[in-house]
Amino acid sequence: MKPIITAKDLCLWYGQSQALKNIDIDIPECSITALIGPSGCGKSTFLKTLNRMNDLIPGVKITGTVKYNGTDIFAQDVNLLRKEVGMVFQKPNPFPMSIYDNVAYGPRTHGIRSKARLDEIVEQSLKDTAIWDEVKDRLKKNALGLSGGQQQRLCIARALAVQPQVLLMDEPTSALDPISTLKIEELASKLKEKYTIVIVTHNMQQALRISDRTAFFLLGELVEYGDTDQIFSNPADQRTNDYVTGRFG
Amino acid sequence: MKKSSNLFENLVHGVFLILGLVTIACVLIISLYLIVSGIPAILEIGLVDFLFGTQWASTAAEPKYGILPFILTSIYGTFGAIVLGVPIGVLTAIYLSKLASESVKNIMGQMVSILAGIPSVVYGLVGMMVLVPGLRKLFNIPDGASLMAAIVVLAVMILPSIIKMSVTALDAVPGDYEDASLALGATPEETYFRVSLPAAKSGIAASVVLGVGRAIGEAMAVMMVAGNAPNMPDSLFQSVRFLTTAIASEMSYSSGLQRQALFSIALVLFLFIMLINALLNFFLKGEKKG
Repeated sequence: MKPIITAKDLCLWYGQSQALKNIDIDIPECSITALIGPSGCGKSTFLKTLNRMNDLIPGVKITGTVKYNGTDIFAQDVNLLRKEVGMVFQKPNPFPMSIYDNVAYGPRTHGIRSKARLDEIVEQSLKDTAIWDEVKDRLKKNALGLSGGQQQRLCIARALAVQPQVLLMDEPTSALDPISTLKIEELASKLKEKYTIVIVTHNMQQALRISDRTAFFLLGELVEYGDTDQIFSNPADQRTNDYVTGRFG
Repeated sequence: MKKSSNLFENLVHGVFLILGLVTIACVLIISLYLIVSGIPAILEIGLVDFLFGTQWASTAAEPKYGILPFILTSIYGTFGAIVLGVPIGVLTAIYLSKLASESVKNIMGQMVSILAGIPSVVYGLVGMMVLVPGLRKLFNIPDGASLMAAIVVLAVMILPSIIKMSVTALDAVPGDYEDASLALGATPEETYFRVSLPAAKSGIAASVVLGVGRAIGEAMAVMMVAGNAPNMPDSLFQSVRFLTTAIASEMSYSSGLQRQALFSIALVLFLFIMLINALLNFFLKGEKKG
């Protein structure tokens, strides 16, 4: 499969401490790539580099290249990049406004004003995230009234509404109950037909269940990257083996 | 031993209770006093003539006690101060809360506190010496002491409370909301106006109501710059008198019905302020819920 994101020799420092060390990775299109590893290993930092959310943290220094569809992400307009590379956060964070306005926020930001067009996008995004039937009668109600799992699916719908190519998910189910988690996982598996998904997860079962490729990070290094089956059944590196079999982490 | 400590606790409890009651008693006594002393003149003049009479001539041979000019002046003046002060205050708050570096935020925050601490007579003085002649020259009018001058002074006076409360409200907006907006490709500016401001709206609304309260209750500064003639506020450049200044300027030499009418004005002012307090509580409650 053709890679949509390519990182070469990527290093990142928070002030003096190096959080990413010479990361080389190709992320294939229309697949799910899981980033696993113990806390503080750099997987979330790497994820946030892909849509340049790290730019917001003072004292961050980045070297190396990341290419999205062949263009250097650090050379292009950050707002256009983020339109293409959407993000879902660890804690569901819908805006304190109506369900409709939450989903319409992104398209409005990118200049869509037509009511009919917005209605269409909102409906499609909510259908894509399998939440339409639950909320279609209360689109004008405040999104904070939804359950945690519904809020997270709404956040995914909000991210999809700007028609991104890539969806970054930063432990999207860690704040959710098992049933909501299952729904998000099913959703991710469905969404990979159209989108490239990169997901950070602490839950190795989750990585095994849904991902096609898995990258194991440790202390800022990319230790091993390969097909999920191979990583979990027959890892090449001893450290990967120790981690996926639960010896540490 | 146990008994004496109980006694001590009861004593302390009693003292605090009494101190609390003193405050409540002050409010009750003032309210009661205003109502009792404000009503007779209203009854004598007639509620409609008093509230909607357009002429105030308390010392004329045939005295007229219509306070509509004062009511309208207070409303226009406060409204003008809000129109002028709120955009400046809220934009400053966005700058301080979201854009300014830590050191700028500290320095400007302290300046704002100083602005809040300047006595109103000093505002009046500066307004009188600088603003009034400035307006006269700028707009080429016979006298700069006018509604406009009062609006400008009031706008500056309400800035500190608007800025401080808005900054607090904006600081309290969870970073998650802003991250979500940025991650959708919105610029930081769009994020502040479309996410942070709406999320902080009840706190900002409360700051505006507080500003209204300050502006409508201010007497000294506006007395010094508004010209103080009991005209209907037909134009921005007219010499006008506020509810507060109507009381302050005549109280020292008033007597009889005139004096009673001044108490009635105080009662009207008091009702305005009670209304504003009720609004403030409403918004603050909304903020706790939201």
